[in-house]
Amino acid sequence: MSILIDADTTFIVQGITGREAVNLTRECLDYGAGAKVVGGVTPGRKGRDVHGVPVFDTVEQTVEHHGGPIDGSVVTVPPAFTKDAVIEAIAHGVKLVVIVTERIPRGDVAEMVEFANLHDARIIGPNCLGIIVPDVIKMGGIGGPARDAAKAYTPGPVGVMSRSGGMTTEISSTLSAAGLGQSTAVSIGGDAIIGSAYAELMPLFEEDGTTEAIVIYTEPGGRMEAELARYLQEESTRPLPIVAFMAGRFMDEMPGMSFGHAGTIVEGKEDTASEKIARLESAGITVAEEIAEIPGFVKDRLGVTA
Amino acid sequence: MRFFEFESRAIAKRAGIPVTNYGFATTAEDARRIAEDIGGPVVIKSQVLTGGRMKAGGVQFADTPDEAAQHAENVLELEIGGHMPRGVLVDPKAEVKQEYYAGVVWDGIRKQPVMLFSDMGGIDIEEVAEKHPEHVGRGHFSTILPFGDYQAKEVVAQVGVTGRQLTRITPILARLARLFLEYDMTLAEVNPLVELKDGSFVALDAHMDMENEARPRQKALLEELGVGDEETRQAREATAFELAGEEVDSMDHRGVAGNVTEFDGNLGLVIGAGGGSLTLFDAVRAHGGKPANYCEIGGNPSVRKAAGLAKLVLEKPGVDKIAVMMSIVSNTRVDIVARGVIKACLELGYDPAEKIAIFRIPGAWEEEGFKILEKYGVDYCDRSVSLHEAARRAVEKIQSDGARPSEPDQMRQTTAEVGGETDV
Repeated sequence: MSILIDADTTFIVQGITGREAVNLTRECLDYGAGAKVVGGVTPGRKGRDVHGVPVFDTVEQTVEHHGGPIDGSVVTVPPAFTKDAVIEAIAHGVKLVVIVTERIPRGDVAEMVEFANLHDARIIGPNCLGIIVPDVIKMGGIGGPARDAAKAYTPGPVGVMSRSGGMTTEISSTLSAAGLGQSTAVSIGGDAIIGSAYAELMPLFEEDGTTEAIVIYTEPGGRMEAELARYLQEESTRPLPIVAFMAGRFMDEMPGMSFGHAGTIVEGKEDTASEKIARLESAGITVAEEIAEIPGFVKDRLGVTA
Repeated sequence: MRFFEFESRAIAKRAGIPVTNYGFATTAEDARRIAEDIGGPVVIKSQVLTGGRMKAGGVQFADTPDEAAQHAENVLELEIGGHMPRGVLVDPKAEVKQEYYAGVVWDGIRKQPVMLFSDMGGIDIEEVAEKHPEHVGRGHFSTILPFGDYQAKEVVAQVGVTGRQLTRITPILARLARLFLEYDMTLAEVNPLVELKDGSFVALDAHMDMENEARPRQKALLEELGVGDEETRQAREATAFELAGEEVDSMDHRGVAGNVTEFDGNLGLVIGAGGGSLTLFDAVRAHGGKPANYCEIGGNPSVRKAAGLAKLVLEKPGVDKIAVMMSIVSNTRVDIVARGVIKACLELGYDPAEKIAIFRIPGAWEEEGFKILEKYGVDYCDRSVSLHEAARRAVEKIQSDGARPSEPDQMRQTTAEVGGETDV
């Protein structure tokens, strides 16, 4: 099994005629059993098709064409139009929105998230590459073209969550090489405010029968590690072993400067790598010094002999 | 993007928050004139984008216009934390009865803005929250529902403020909350907000930060304040090397090859993407290496752009070798980056095999990329070599080779073999 998506998930791509979106659509159609991309939206481009996926002017038209509710949407429109696109999708019943776009102001993200909460919908991202269930489906550019994604991702018991899209693949590839497949890998996004952070996805992984361990990639900035620690101590229903990797340790010496992702900036003591490592460890999470150590730690925590 | 105090006050004033009758001066003469207009004791405050002004002597009290001019002259020359002041603020000396704190920030966990209020103003709010939590009121508010003044009132009332103080402060905090959203702030703070002896309330200091991503849509406000696009207001001013990096990145619109930050080591880094760069920079340092720079490559830049970045790093004084490393790429093409860095070496007259300590970029088009690298004898590796291991090899190479200066190789001037742009 998996979290968020499975072989039956239907989704649309908003901004489908953009260069990146055209590639992403191809990749999703090719990967695994082939994603059910039931339509695309680019205002003014109704009647075209992208790799056989029909293009419409509005989300409403895609729902009409599909003849029923659509599960998800991948949003790749420019930052100034993202908020409206996301709200449009949710207003038409979409329950899972993956926002690829970066450089969206926080105020807009907060509005989208609040709107999603009111409609029982979930947002992944912004500034993310999406979700992949190895060999089954991918929703977003995660892992790249189908044959590249197949090289890095294999099915198995490890849930992966990462603030960096590229590192989601690097870590999954390292796990795969060590014989540890992934149940679902989620690129959660690199911005200061994101739709679903670690603590919000943990309950899904805990409910998922195939997931036996979690690997997270994290960076300085924000308090989502503290929130994860709190969740594990207060709300967890099925404690899973967790291994974390923290990048950007050098940033502790450079407060106020942003590296890598918009959300990565040391503004206060709680944002630093060293503080976060301490918090993660105090919550029983193993923190790896190098990516290559991750598979060994996961095996240790699972009680598997390497 | 951080605003100066005089700008933050102007924003507060624009939002209807009462401020003093202050003036902004860039010369001692202007300061004197403002002090004359005020007609009483004044405070001269350095306008710098850094804290600790008081301690550094950047805040001075003057009883006469002459004294104001004298202090202004000194403060205008005073460097604080590596920053020269933009000017001075000349503020009437306030007769303070009580200091308060009012602020709005984002809560990334709740994903909503949160108002903070304290009846212990004038000091750091985090310190108050830690030592006197009962003196800090908090209230989240919606970004899609209309903001009601009662929400601000509840926050003020939380710390026990009542009477006319409550009714006077409520609209001020409410206006601060509204301006926070309207102007895409990440921090809007009035500290201290003071009650004067005459019972009126004014913002005696203000600190605002606007989100960089929102600058395009806040053009009207920024123009009004006279803040141009060229003013980045970063925590540290960009160096010439970093500015050159921005130029490389703006060569064309394909991908990213920039976000350069200067360090003073000898190992040049051509690394990517966001998370990969963070990981690799740490990895180089963990193995005792001294990075000459930080940078990011991603989104499939052109050969020209990759070459531009590699050249910039290669030409940086003190750089002996470069390490070209990325986490597994799916969008960026390995062969394009390979062509770019080899082209950079050749154009500068270097042997790529000598100058490139390691090339570790696995992923899309890797077979093609590895073929090119092989042809030039560059040491490369695939995904079976971890990021940390690649970094270790690069550091080892530069250390074992450290004493030997590498002279440009005159035999290798041609770029014809790899120079052509591939059309993707």
